[in-house]
Formats: sequence, structure tokens, C-alpha cells
Amino acid sequence: MAGNNKKESIQVKLEKNIFALYFGTALAVSIAGIVEIVPLFTNSETIKSEVTQADGTVKSLIWQRQEGQSLDDWKPGDGVRPYKPLELAGRDIYQREGCYLCHSQMVRPFRDELERYGHYSLAVESIYDHPMQWGSKRTGPDLARLGGKYSDEWHILHLRHPQALVPESVMPKYRFLDDAKVDPESIKERMIAMTHIGVPYTEQDIESAAKTEGKTEMQAMVAYLQSLGNHIEFEKGVVYRE
Amino acid sequence: MSIHEKYDLGVVKWFTIMSVVYLIAGTTIGTYLASELAWPYLNDLGTDWPYFQFGRLRPLHTNAVIFGFGGSALMATAYYIVQRTNQTKLWSNKMAWAQFWTWNIIIISAVITFPLGFTQSKEYAELEWPIDILITLSWAMYLYNFVMTIHIRDRKKVPHVYVANWFFLGMMVMVTYLHVVNNLSIPVDWFKSYSIFSGVQDAMIQWWWGHNAVGFFLTAGFLGMMYYFVPKQAERPVYSYRLSVIHFWALMFGYVWLGAHHLQYTALPDWAGSLGATISLAMIIPSWGGAINGIMTLSGAWERLREDYILRFLIMSLAFYAMSTFEGPVMSSKTVNALSHYTDWTIGHVHSGALGWVLMVSAGSLYHIVQKLYNVQLNQSLLGLHFWSHTIGTVLYIVAMWVSGIMQGLMWRAYDEYGTLAYTFAESVSAMHPYYAMRAAGGALVVLGAIVMLVNIVTTIRKADATVKESKTATA
Repeated sequence: MAGNNKKESIQVKLEKNIFALYFGTALAVSIAGIVEIVPLFTNSETIKSEVTQADGTVKSLIWQRQEGQSLDDWKPGDGVRPYKPLELAGRDIYQREGCYLCHSQMVRPFRDELERYGHYSLAVESIYDHPMQWGSKRTGPDLARLGGKYSDEWHILHLRHPQALVPESVMPKYRFLDDAKVDPESIKERMIAMTHIGVPYTEQDIESAAKTEGKTEMQAMVAYLQSLGNHIEFEKGVVYRE
Repeated sequence: MSIHEKYDLGVVKWFTIMSVVYLIAGTTIGTYLASELAWPYLNDLGTDWPYFQFGRLRPLHTNAVIFGFGGSALMATAYYIVQRTNQTKLWSNKMAWAQFWTWNIIIISAVITFPLGFTQSKEYAELEWPIDILITLSWAMYLYNFVMTIHIRDRKKVPHVYVANWFFLGMMVMVTYLHVVNNLSIPVDWFKSYSIFSGVQDAMIQWWWGHNAVGFFLTAGFLGMMYYFVPKQAERPVYSYRLSVIHFWALMFGYVWLGAHHLQYTALPDWAGSLGATISLAMIIPSWGGAINGIMTLSGAWERLREDYILRFLIMSLAFYAMSTFEGPVMSSKTVNALSHYTDWTIGHVHSGALGWVLMVSAGSLYHIVQKLYNVQLNQSLLGLHFWSHTIGTVLYIVAMWVSGIMQGLMWRAYDEYGTLAYTFAESVSAMHPYYAMRAAGGALVVLGAIVMLVNIVTTIRKADATVKESKTATA
């Protein structure tokens, strides 16, 4: 075959010139990223931010904040919003302790997961998660819909001594979170950093970090856990993801 | 002229030794983590100390074995192969040493920062941004020195770049892309940063990195070792040149697509997950082509497996390579993935690749290097002990994770006759206990093998050094 001969000669040329081989390889490994990853940034279908409700009206899944509203004016079900200062501190602790290594935050559209955890997760729900905490392993249960399932007291007791509430648990004890305080100055800096990568914090939001003065890491952690998965109010019979 | 005058081998020797040191450290931490899952009170070493808890130590385990052990093995072998196959010294021996020291500083900083809780919380890319910059620097020196060493070869003596070098080159190029893009972040202070990506895009980029850390760092580079050390140890040419060419280009083009199969049924658009799974299935062909190419190199010399333990390590690694490159595509198919995702089966799959393929091909290659460097024979009974301890440990590990993984998947989706979920999550956790204990036992055997490896290499080197000194004093 003529084509075959031609291909071989290119191969031989590449084998004789290391720089040509370098660029040939760099090209070959780039294609998948261009086809698979770039569209996720450019295609608006990737993150569906609106949904057609049962009565035919279109509703935004992202919280539409009115002029002058603070994060405290948000109610569960109002739509996806950035983390409050204390929740953000809790999320940083969640990352620090490596919780994502044993707990996923991504419910898949299966019957058993619906019954065990709740409604399947949407892409729009993690738009403010830098980086995402979807996880890859369930040594413990999924946490994507944890918010509001248990009381704050339950979470505190469970974090201090998981086996006291769930004897089969293999989770470590997090009593030390009671002894450490969060640092409002550092939270403020973290919120400012977040604004540079697209999280819509207002100046008022950032100032409100001062209110976390005196809170423990345990309180921050619980605040974060209670914020998971209740941003959107899911309606029966509405398609959220094709 | 001895090979020590002809080539720069000091850096090869020290990367070899450090690779085994990090192997012992990484597998010991891994075994401790496995034990924590079986006996959770091990998390509480020291009253209320977080430093030994699962969440803090796990990144240290993965980073120590991937970058400490795997990285050092890749560097030892790349510096060795590139000189031998191009018949030239390194372009810069100084740069190779600078790369050695920066790389070791990186691993040491991982040992310090992870237990303290400094992490980006991106799997296998947990190191914080200042260390990421150091990695980029060290990696650039590695890549540049490698390419330039090939460039300065005598083209009359060595007109073609040998196939092992292609695979190393491909690995270096791709890992540069992956590392830089996946770690783009905005620093808050010296120890904290946030990824510039979020949500679904971050997930895709994370697994584009995650799967190619496996596909390039832990596969392409180690295939480079296979293409050099299997023919050398077997004293035969590679079975098929054509198959090598196909294997190389198919791997370079194809492997990069697979990351999306980690995100099936998640909020990632369905087309991306399905595309990843389809190409995963197609990748069986080049992977098996490569495995056949390696194993058939031994064609006609099979009896050598009877007495040559180094060859046994190399050939057994290819058997595991073939097995895990079959298992991977199966697990990426939608039906199987629905069951296997989030379970221990994934952990088992990674370890059949890591312990079976990566560790065994490295052990064979590093043993070969030590014998060549000193023109000596390693202790055969210690080689045998390492081989069997490691093989049995690996099989125990994989089997435990197959059983526990599939059991978890089935328990989570099981319904009773009334149509309600049959098991609570906690019941699935307690059912795992015997398999977690079995996995820890398998891990302990792997650690034992790694210690035997270090003892064998160090005593052999010391004995050889002593003989050289003696002969020097004799002539003086």
C-alpha cells in the first residue's frame, strides 16, 4: 500500500530527529483534551442553570440576589449560592482532614441512591466549589444531600466519637476541632481570593467574615455539612438533567 | 574503558537507592492505612492528634509511592537508558544532580506538609502550590536533559532513537501538560490555594490528570523500562518493531481520552463519559499488543524463567499489565461502572496495576541496573524471597478488594421483598472487616519484599565497593 510506505517514512524521520518526535508526541497527546475538555468551558449546556417547572415557567437554579441582600437573606431552596464565611471555613477543614477521600458528594441517578441519599446531583450545584469535592470512593456514605438531615447536636457528637452513634463506623475521631478557633482575618483573605476566580462575593459578604470571631472549627465544620445539598428545591416530575 | 568512565552513573545509583527507600516508606504507610480501616482505633495514635489519621496520611501514601518510588525509579532508569541506548554521557551531569536534589526535597516536603494538613484536595495532586512550582522546575530539568542527551548522540553510530526513549519522552511531555494545567490555582497564603477551576470542569480536569497519572506516569514511562530491560535481561531483540510503533502511537493518542470514564453517571455531560468509556474499550488492543510484544520477546528462551528471578519479575509484571488493562476497560463500561464505582474494586484495580505491573517491572529493572553497575550477581535467595513475598502479597490484596468491592456494590443496591433497601450503609461497612484485614496482610507482605530488596541492593553495592577498594590498595 502506498499510504503505508508514506507513513513508515514519517515514522523513520521522527525516529531520527528527537525534536520532531517531541512535537509529534505533543500533538498526539493534545487532541483528546481539545475535544473532551474545551467544550465543557464553551458549551452552555454543560451547566444547566435554568429549569422549566411543572407549570411551564422557567426558574433559575442559581440564587438571584436582590440589591442589598446579604447571604443571610437566602433560604433553603432559593438556588445555588456561595458559601457563607463560616461554611467556607468548614469546607477548608473538610479538605484539610481529607474527608473527600472517603465520602463522595455526587449522587448518581439510580433508584437505590435516590432512596439512600436523595435527588441526584446537578452540575450547577458545585459551580462555587474550587475545587470540586465529588470524591471517588464511598468508604463512608455520600454527603451531597446531608444538609438538614441530622441536627447540629448529632453532628457534633458524631464528629467527636463516630462509633458512639454508629458502632460499625471506621471513621476517625475529630475531637480536636472543639479546641481550635477559626481565624476571621484568614477567612476574609480566602473570600477575597475566591472573588478573583469568579465567586460573586460582595464587599458586605467579605466584611461579614468578622462575625465568625470566637467560633470553633467544630462549629464551622457543622455549618458546612448543614449547607450541603439543600440549595435547590427539587420538584416532582421536572427534568433537571437529560 | 569501564562503564563508569563512559557514562554518568552516580545519579542513576542514587535514584535507584532512593526509589527503594521511598518504596518502603510508601508501602509501610499504605499498610498502616489499610490497618486503620480494619481497626479504626489506630487513627488515634496520641491523644487527639490528627497527624496519623486516615485523611491526612492517605495523600502521603499515594504521593510517596507514585512520586517518591515511581518517580525515582523513572528517573534512575531514564538516565540509565538514555545514556546506554544513545552511547553518550548525559548532556549535563550537574543538571541531573540538581534534578535529584530538587526531587528529593519535593518528597521530603510531602512528608512534612501532608500530616500537617496542607493540601489542595485534588487526588494525587494534593501538594500545595509552592511545591508544585518546584515539581515543575525539577520536571523541566529532567525533560530538557533527556532530550538534549538524545540530541547530542553520534548520529553515525546511533541514527535511530531507540523505542524505550519514545515512551519516556511521551511520558515527560504529557505529565508536563497535566501537572501544569491541573494545578492552576490562586494562592491565599504560602500554604493555601484554591483551584481556578470549579465543579464539573474541575472534575474533568482532575480526572484527565488522575487517569493520565496512571496512563503516562505509571504506564508509558514504565513501558519504556519494559522495552529496554526485558530484551536486555532476556538477551534477545524486541519481538516486533512494528508492534512497538503501533503500541506507542496508539497509547499517546488514545490514553488521554480515558479520564472521563471516572465520571460516568455524575453531573458530567453524558457524551463525555461515554466517549471516555468507548475509547477505554478500544485501548485493550494496543495495551495487549504491548504486553504480547514484551512477553514474546522471551519466545524461545522460556526455560530462563526457571533460574532468572529478574526475568521473572519482568515477565510477571507484563502478565499483570495485561490483566489490569483488560480489567480497566471492563470497569469503564457503563453497566459494570454503575456497580464498581465508589467501591473497593477501584482500589483493587489500581493496586493490580501498581503492585503487579509498576512495582514488578521496576524491581526487575532496578535489580538489572545494580548488577550492571557493579558487574556482580545479587543474592539469589533474597531475590527469590522478594519475588514470592511480593507476588503472594499482591494476589491477597487484589482478591480481598475484588470480593469487598463487588460485595459493597451489591449490598448498596439490594432490595428486600417489600421493595425497601435491604442494608443500611453501616451494615456494608461492617461486612468489609475481614477483607480489610486480609488486604492489610497482603500489604505487609509487600513491605517485607521491599525491605528485602533494599537489603539485597545495599549489601551487594557495599561488597562490590569493598572489592574495588581492596584492588586499588593492592595496586598501590
